[in-house]
Amino acid sequence: MLTKRVIPCLDAKDGRVVKGVNFVGLRDAGNPVELARFYDAEGADEVVFLDITATSDKRETTIEMASEAARQLSIPYAVGGGFRDVAGMRTMVAAGADKVSLNSAAVADPSLIEAAAAAFGSQAVVCAIDAKRVGVPGAPGADRWEVFVAGGRKATGIDAVWWAQECARRGAGEILLTSMDRDGTKDGFDIALTRAVSRAVPIPVIASGGVGSLEHFAEGIIDGEADAVLAASVFHFGTYTVKQVKEYMAAQGIPVRLDF
Amino acid sequence: MARIVVVDYHKGNLMSVERGLSAAGADAFVSDDPVSIREADAVVLPGVGSFADAMAYMRESGQAEAVVESVRAGRPFLGICLGMQLLFDRGQEGASCGEWVEGLKILRGSCVRLPSCGLKVPHVGWDDVSITDRGERLFEGVSSGSHFYFTHSYIVDADDDEVVACWTDYGVRFASAVASGLVFGCQFHPEKSSGKGREVLRNFVHIVQDCEQSRHLEERKGEGLS
Repeated sequence: MLTKRVIPCLDAKDGRVVKGVNFVGLRDAGNPVELARFYDAEGADEVVFLDITATSDKRETTIEMASEAARQLSIPYAVGGGFRDVAGMRTMVAAGADKVSLNSAAVADPSLIEAAAAAFGSQAVVCAIDAKRVGVPGAPGADRWEVFVAGGRKATGIDAVWWAQECARRGAGEILLTSMDRDGTKDGFDIALTRAVSRAVPIPVIASGGVGSLEHFAEGIIDGEADAVLAASVFHFGTYTVKQVKEYMAAQGIPVRLDF
Repeated sequence: MARIVVVDYHKGNLMSVERGLSAAGADAFVSDDPVSIREADAVVLPGVGSFADAMAYMRESGQAEAVVESVRAGRPFLGICLGMQLLFDRGQEGASCGEWVEGLKILRGSCVRLPSCGLKVPHVGWDDVSITDRGERLFEGVSSGSHFYFTHSYIVDADDDEVVACWTDYGVRFASAVASGLVFGCQFHPEKSSGKGREVLRNFVHIVQDCEQSRHLEERKGEGLS
């Protein structure tokens, strides 16, 4: 049976991990690849590197990071952030990234999704969607979400569920769905959003944003109907290990990979 | 040391495949050169791009012919993902509607689209395998129920179930690995499948090493006779 994936996400700036990490036994806790290796050994099913480098001239460090990850990891990894064109994605794929994650650039030019899928195959193209709820929860017609870009700073007026379908139609292989309302809150995933998108698209959905407890991981899969769950701080701060999360999920009847 | 060529058809990075084989004790190297493919002790054909694109490139570059020759010469072969699919007679991916693209025709069967059966396609993630008798060598030390990393929208439909080394269920039951003599293929990515994947790559390297050893013995015997 296909297992549900647990994916740690690492924010990297100029090739360094951004959020504070404090693990015993890491030589360099600021090195994203070393941290990813740690998660690999802990049973992570995949990792996502999110490049938040502001300037394009620092892109070299991210490419170096991707090729170092190819040398050191034995699980798949995606790189997201900062892509503008197919050439940029090709450099990352050539460096060894299994998947590239598109966000703002795809919203600005949706044909980029088709071009990327044609160049690397749908399996290598993840569309990241940052969604924010429109209206008051519970109110009639409130189960709507709007797509935000530029790191969640800019509203687009685009309906998130529609956009997810559009991404899939254009050849995306997966949707990485982040709730802007929940991100960083530790209140759990936006279950209604996750379920709405999961039901609307024929491709896998990775739930992201808001995980604070073990229950939240299971909720994302069982109630949100997601195919994978992504988290950052609960792993980086050592609140839970990947193994703990998977054991909890397994106890809830969710199929997970524990034979690592 | 067994020299294993990882065939490069310029579609992606092959570092993890190369690294996995090297870690298992082989002298692995990446090459796009048909001469290197012919001369290597074994060939690994990784999986990147679409069936039609890969076949077009391999034919034009002479790689297809070199791979077939290597297999005919009795050298071990491992196809990964698309590399396994290319082993078969024909494929649907990238062909115009109702048409087929010719494969390497080393094994009998077709590569067809994975039916969705209400499940999400591509089939992405870690899934388990049920190993057959055929899979004993490639999966030595790996038990049925082990998980491997998959990412694909097409599957192999072999004419003969006898070549199936393991099965995986995803709405339909499909061949997640094949084995026929020294020709092996896996639909999953061993190079991305952590410890279990390393074991599969190590088993393949052992097969190549055994093959090399018996060839050297044969050669020595031949020299002794002359």
